[in-house]
Amino acid sequence: MTHDSDGIRVPALARVEGEGGIEIVVSDGQVTQARLDIYEPPRFFEALLRGRRYTEPPDITARICGICPIAYQMSSCQAIEDACGATVTEPVKALRRLIYCGEWIESHALHVYMLHAPDFLGYESGIHLARDHPEIVARGLRLKKAGNRLMEVVGGRSVHPVNVKVGGFYRAPAAADLRALLPALEQARQDAADTVAWAGTFTFPDFERDYEFVSLRAPDEYPITQGRLVSSRGLDIAPAEYDSHFTEFQVKHSTALHSVLDGRTYLTGPMARYSLNSDRLPADIAAAARAAGLGGTCANPFRSIVVRAVELMYACDEAVRLIRGYQPPDPPSADVTPRAATGYGWSEAPRGMLYHRYTITADGTITDAKIVPPTSQNQRAIEEDLKDFAAPRLSMPHEQLTWECEQAVRSYDPCISCSTHFLDLRVRQT
Amino acid sequence: MTLVIGIGNPDRGDDAAGLAVARRVRVAAARRDVTVTELVGDQLALLDAWDGVKDVYVIDAVCSGGAPGTVYTFDAAQPLEARFRHRGTHTFSLADVIELGRALGRLPARLAGYGIEGAAFELGAGLSPEVEAAVDAVACRLLAELKAGV
Repeated sequence: MTHDSDGIRVPALARVEGEGGIEIVVSDGQVTQARLDIYEPPRFFEALLRGRRYTEPPDITARICGICPIAYQMSSCQAIEDACGATVTEPVKALRRLIYCGEWIESHALHVYMLHAPDFLGYESGIHLARDHPEIVARGLRLKKAGNRLMEVVGGRSVHPVNVKVGGFYRAPAAADLRALLPALEQARQDAADTVAWAGTFTFPDFERDYEFVSLRAPDEYPITQGRLVSSRGLDIAPAEYDSHFTEFQVKHSTALHSVLDGRTYLTGPMARYSLNSDRLPADIAAAARAAGLGGTCANPFRSIVVRAVELMYACDEAVRLIRGYQPPDPPSADVTPRAATGYGWSEAPRGMLYHRYTITADGTITDAKIVPPTSQNQRAIEEDLKDFAAPRLSMPHEQLTWECEQAVRSYDPCISCSTHFLDLRVRQT
Repeated sequence: MTLVIGIGNPDRGDDAAGLAVARRVRVAAARRDVTVTELVGDQLALLDAWDGVKDVYVIDAVCSGGAPGTVYTFDAAQPLEARFRHRGTHTFSLADVIELGRALGRLPARLAGYGIEGAAFELGAGLSPEVEAAVDAVACRLLAELKAGV
């Protein structure tokens, strides 16, 4: 960290997916602005999709993010199927939910153990944590591996899976191959339960927020692949209504669009999912959440590590349930015939709701694409939280303030890969 | 058995340098006890990729401000120099994963490799000419080492 006449600058923000940063502007002892700075055009892929075949979005959009390719594949498939008026079978839906569980497991395990827990335990990084507590990090990596392996078996590989297509899958995995995953997933479920209890022992800053939470909500399940979009202030819509309520707009300091819900700042992601759907959790997982200090809702971003641990437990539980009940979809995919229409799709990526919209012609050419990743949606909430978080801490030494602000940002698990790359962190005093 | 791992992102220009070296070595490697693999994305997967293997080479792109196409070498017996800690979309650099492996006792007995300085990492771009040349050079050096049983 170096000091100069403009205030304080520090290198790139550590331990967020991709690279990102924050600028806090302080004037006359008051925080006047907190900004999440994003430089890379996030709309590259939307432009790339125009003119491509309607079957291509799952493969193309999976490359947006190496951590959550399944989310992009599932939201894009559902949007294209909606445009084409196609429906998929229940076994295909179940297999989609299963591979999505793999992504939740690997993504949440990575964040909880390698990116977030070091903040609470006083370590600079997951590597430093591993030096003193190798058994803890080994548990996290074991969890992550279980998720990656599930993605490999269902998706063909864990990074940019190749088995997902519009309408379903190219090939249904063999039941025996899925059953072979059960021992590792049952171990993962125990590891996840231990993770919930462990995360519940951390000390959290008192920082409750008055969020408008936004997440999917489904009748009989904790939301992953489907549902209506609801909010804690009364929103309840179908995918086609999204653009009537959510507005994206540019801000000067970022090339990733900001998003508001009927003009209001909102939050999507694990805290929103949990707060709007904790009644959908199985009783034993809900009990583990309570034992770890969570109520029915969670509005303290620092406590989101416990929520992710609870979702880890749920994803492991779901994966085991889905494999035990697995019926290979036959055929593995539905026929999807193009027609001139616009289609809408969404799903719950590990970091929150991911919306896709495609307009296609009768011959199946994409003429318009819109992709709204969760980190873009959360930018405003992150900035508002950071402003309020930093304000009472301005008397801290700069290094400590910077460190605490970095921790605050990491609580949201921002996936800058999805919204953009390459940011810097700075606290600027004017 | 010797394992050669090329890592990188095929969609990000010169970030694919390690993958390109791996492909050349796979085609040309004569020894049957040489396995070549490509790793895209999450570099934490290196820990599993080299699990149980004693002799491993890793080839990665580097973005450290040097001249494009410059070739660097490393031996993981020592912590890697800063240029291998470049930040990317993978979250964990090669240097990070090696230090994590060291902390967990999960490093191969011998782990060495090459870094190739990239010129550009734009989405959808191919390898730059300087990096293409470096890829050929590294593949030749690596094949010679494998042949000599270094």
